[in-house]
Amino acid sequence: MGKVAIIGVGQSAFVRQYPGSIRELAFEGFKDAMKDAQITTKDIGASVVCSAPEYDKQRSPAGVFAEYMGLNPQPTFYVESLCSSSSTGVRLAYSLVESGLHDVVAVIGFQKMSEISSAETQERMGRGADIQWESPFGTMMPAYYAMYARAHMEKYGTTPDDLSLIRVKASTYGQLNEKAVYRKPVTSEMLSDPENRMAGPVSSPLRVGDCCANADGSSCIIVANEEKAKAFCKKPVWIMGVGAATASVNLTGRDLFTGLKAATQAADQAYKMAGITAKDVDVAEVHDCFTIAEMMAYENLGFAEPGEGKELIQSKETYKEGSIPVNVDGGLLSKGHPIGATGGSQIRTIVLQLRDEAGDIQVKDPQIGLVHNIGGVGIYGNVTVLGR
Amino acid sequence: MGKKEADIRLNKFGTVSFAATTKVNDFIDYLEKDKVAGTKCKDCGLAFFPPRADCCQCLSDNTEWFEVSGTGKLVTYSKLKFAPVGFDQDLPYAIALLDYGDYKVFGRISGEIPDDDIKIGMEMKTVANRLPNEQLNYIFQKP
Repeated sequence: MGKVAIIGVGQSAFVRQYPGSIRELAFEGFKDAMKDAQITTKDIGASVVCSAPEYDKQRSPAGVFAEYMGLNPQPTFYVESLCSSSSTGVRLAYSLVESGLHDVVAVIGFQKMSEISSAETQERMGRGADIQWESPFGTMMPAYYAMYARAHMEKYGTTPDDLSLIRVKASTYGQLNEKAVYRKPVTSEMLSDPENRMAGPVSSPLRVGDCCANADGSSCIIVANEEKAKAFCKKPVWIMGVGAATASVNLTGRDLFTGLKAATQAADQAYKMAGITAKDVDVAEVHDCFTIAEMMAYENLGFAEPGEGKELIQSKETYKEGSIPVNVDGGLLSKGHPIGATGGSQIRTIVLQLRDEAGDIQVKDPQIGLVHNIGGVGIYGNVTVLGR
Repeated sequence: MGKKEADIRLNKFGTVSFAATTKVNDFIDYLEKDKVAGTKCKDCGLAFFPPRADCCQCLSDNTEWFEVSGTGKLVTYSKLKFAPVGFDQDLPYAIALLDYGDYKVFGRISGEIPDDDIKIGMEMKTVANRLPNEQLNYIFQKP
């Protein structure tokens, strides 16, 4: 079995309202990755298009994108696993390349959330849960994650102030990321001041500041076999491990509410495949759709023991200079969360880190990086381990 | 001969229903009779809530109804101050999960229980409920 590499990464700026169509939005990430890889469209054997459905009028966007990006007549298809769609796309690209079916595969993630209103977005997102038995109660993503936050607080004594620290960290790095949608500072005081918008209740105990920003955006990851990687690329980043697991959609089928089991299972697989442990990870991107999600990720990935995630953020160990830097690009909280583009954007950040090309947010000399990307409320867990 | 009428009873479930037709539409008839019911596999005995027509343990479709009775423990909850489209009139409301041991129930906590009285681990019962718009759901109340 040959090795599989990432030879190009790209993303659009994540913005509130993209002034163009979805094919144009997707082209931005694609162009960025193609320039990074310094290859032509003829070098690409297949493309995989990733997003969460029901935001676009366009059905089957893969075909439209292949045309717009000059990727005909190569095969293309669409995959989705809600917010982890592009991590699923990269997993698929890995297997297409590893099997020998294609030498080079482009994974294009996108989402134009501004096609619909914020309340409609909540309704669409909520329908990523069980529409037959849960949605009729008026559910939405923040409320589900809030149930996890409530359980975590009850069991481990985690406080809203602990969660605020995660939001503050995200904003520290969001301010440095020119592709982030939210570039303003956020302080703990803002989150504890009832007069401040950031402290406004969304679904107890989560506040406005605990929730990520909706955004429009695209990302692209170009995956290649060892031979092509060495021919095309000075600094290939190797896919060392891919893990994926699922959990019951309906909360009635679960037995853990202080963490996401699918994340732990995906991490175990990815660590095993890569032959590493959590201690070997030098830099990580985790799925902080809500502050509590990052806290649980610390614990589910083994960066902290269950219940001790709060100590990791209190001691700033997940800052750039800490022992395990997490989301030093602003994370979903500040960079924004254009659903289908998110996994690719996380992978881009880690690839740039491993190439020592991350600029202001560069972590010192990382050898191994990790991406944790979750679809729905822990329905789809995806963990990818990358190395130099 | 007219066209056979579709069984769309599940349209009655919740403030806004997103599904109309299911093999377990009798769930709505139980709610009409103030009962909350799940299904149990007659072959292997596995209990399901919400109800299912098919058993994923033994692949049987030989199920029977049982009534959710007694009390369950409150596993976790959250009170919403912002709602998805169609649920604004219900605000604020709390969604929650009860653990009955053999199965769990996802639903809403009765709006009559003050926030300070809601504690994780408390015993609650599941009660059929008629919404102001004549739709049906169920809520969690103190026993």
